[in-house]
Amino acid sequence: MLDIRDVSKRYPNGVLALDGVGLTVAPGEFLVIVGGSGCGKSTLLRLIAGLDGATAGTIALDGTPVTAPRPEIGMVFQEPRLMPWLTIDQNVAFGIRHLPATERRRRVSEALARVGLASHARHWPRELSGGQAQRVALARALVGRPEVLLLDEPFSALDALTRTDLEEHLLDLWAFDRPTMVLVTHDIEEALFLADRIVVMRPGPGRIVAELVPTLTRPRDRAGAGFHAWKYRALVELDQATRRLSGEEAFPAAAI
Amino acid sequence: MTKAVRWPVGLILPLGLALGWEAAVALHWGNGRLLPPPSRVLATLIDLFRTGDLAGHIQATLQRVALGFLLGVAAGTVLGAVSGYWALARRLIDPTLQALRNIPSIAWVPMFILWFGIFETSKVILIAVGVFFPIYLALSAAILSVDRKLVEVGRIFRFSHREMITRVLLPAALPSYVTALRSGLGLGWMFVVAAEFMGAEQGLGFLLVDGQQTGRPAVILAAIAAFAVLGKLTDWLLASVAARFLRWEDGFRPVE
Repeated sequence: MLDIRDVSKRYPNGVLALDGVGLTVAPGEFLVIVGGSGCGKSTLLRLIAGLDGATAGTIALDGTPVTAPRPEIGMVFQEPRLMPWLTIDQNVAFGIRHLPATERRRRVSEALARVGLASHARHWPRELSGGQAQRVALARALVGRPEVLLLDEPFSALDALTRTDLEEHLLDLWAFDRPTMVLVTHDIEEALFLADRIVVMRPGPGRIVAELVPTLTRPRDRAGAGFHAWKYRALVELDQATRRLSGEEAFPAAAI
Repeated sequence: MTKAVRWPVGLILPLGLALGWEAAVALHWGNGRLLPPPSRVLATLIDLFRTGDLAGHIQATLQRVALGFLLGVAAGTVLGAVSGYWALARRLIDPTLQALRNIPSIAWVPMFILWFGIFETSKVILIAVGVFFPIYLALSAAILSVDRKLVEVGRIFRFSHREMITRVLLPAALPSYVTALRSGLGLGWMFVVAAEFMGAEQGLGFLLVDGQQTGRPAVILAAIAAFAVLGKLTDWLLASVAARFLRWEDGFRPVE
């Protein structure tokens, strides 16, 4: 269980990126955080990863506070961030360097096979397409079998076709050993396709303004009527949540 | 351009110049006494080679350069890595080293002679000092400019300080480091001459002084030619060894 309580983050330049964010994520749940740029969604993910520290509040995984990166928490960034001087298999092995060599080799080839890149093991990162590189990043994050996988807009730099392909792929990977997933995106459709639960964030300062639980059966069909109905509902709710708040903010005098 | 004709292209310029000079002297356009034609320089080299003198001079000089280079590289690498990675060390040592860097290395010669005598030690140390600074400067700067995004991947996998240096920072800094090694080697060849000017019984630098004192410009030019060939050969060796470790680079490659 990932437990985020009343978390605030103020950057050294004075900007309040998060203000009193509270959230719990159940084991094996696929949570998607949606919001526009600057709403603090990436900041929240970095705090969960232990890359940055919260100004106030606590983040705990299974009761233990997260203060630094932990082996149970994996992360995939917006860019693949592969080490350009390592071949693909060496990049994947990065995440399990503590294991004995034979076990490491077995797990790396297994992970690469699972993302469909077994034949690219000895290639250099520069020889891969954007989608392939991001799949390697997924393999690298999952090879250590983390309990929680954080994904920071992992597909936003990819074209639409590659993106839907990778979204389906991600669900397969999730189904394999059911880590808790926390994915950040600005794409409602992506959120609806992937999520058990969607959390909507708003900027200035970043906080959670709405929550949706799409009751769509898996596998979800993007072209289906149910999916469209949910998409409409999500957009309306998003619109309402943001309009209500921005109304208060834009004209504080109107409240008097 | 096919591979077989690529490298001889580099010979066109030196051979053309040599032939031109040879022709100019043969046609009495130039003064062959103070600037002997290539044929005389070559004959002098062959003479020196036959007597075994050339091998002795080359060996003495090579040994000094090699020792001084290794010493300078070792010190520059360790201190450069430490001051690039560790802020406190940087604050402590960098200002001093930057000040020392601006002292012309030759200025140390009288001191080195007093401290280490006029034999090998002072020569090797002078070369090492000359090699040290470009290596130190380039490595610490290269480490400071390593992509933060790659460093974060190391943090996610909880790399120790040692792992962060050896598995992320040094490989990422390698291209700049190689360039620094090559310019350091060039400086090594420069300083060996200065070192041998300050009193040596053998070495190519000694040969230069000897040629001057005995009024034999062909000997001077023979030594200069030997420097050019050795400098080029050692640089080529260094560059080709380094190229094996830089195959991953995704840089600009001009069309052949």
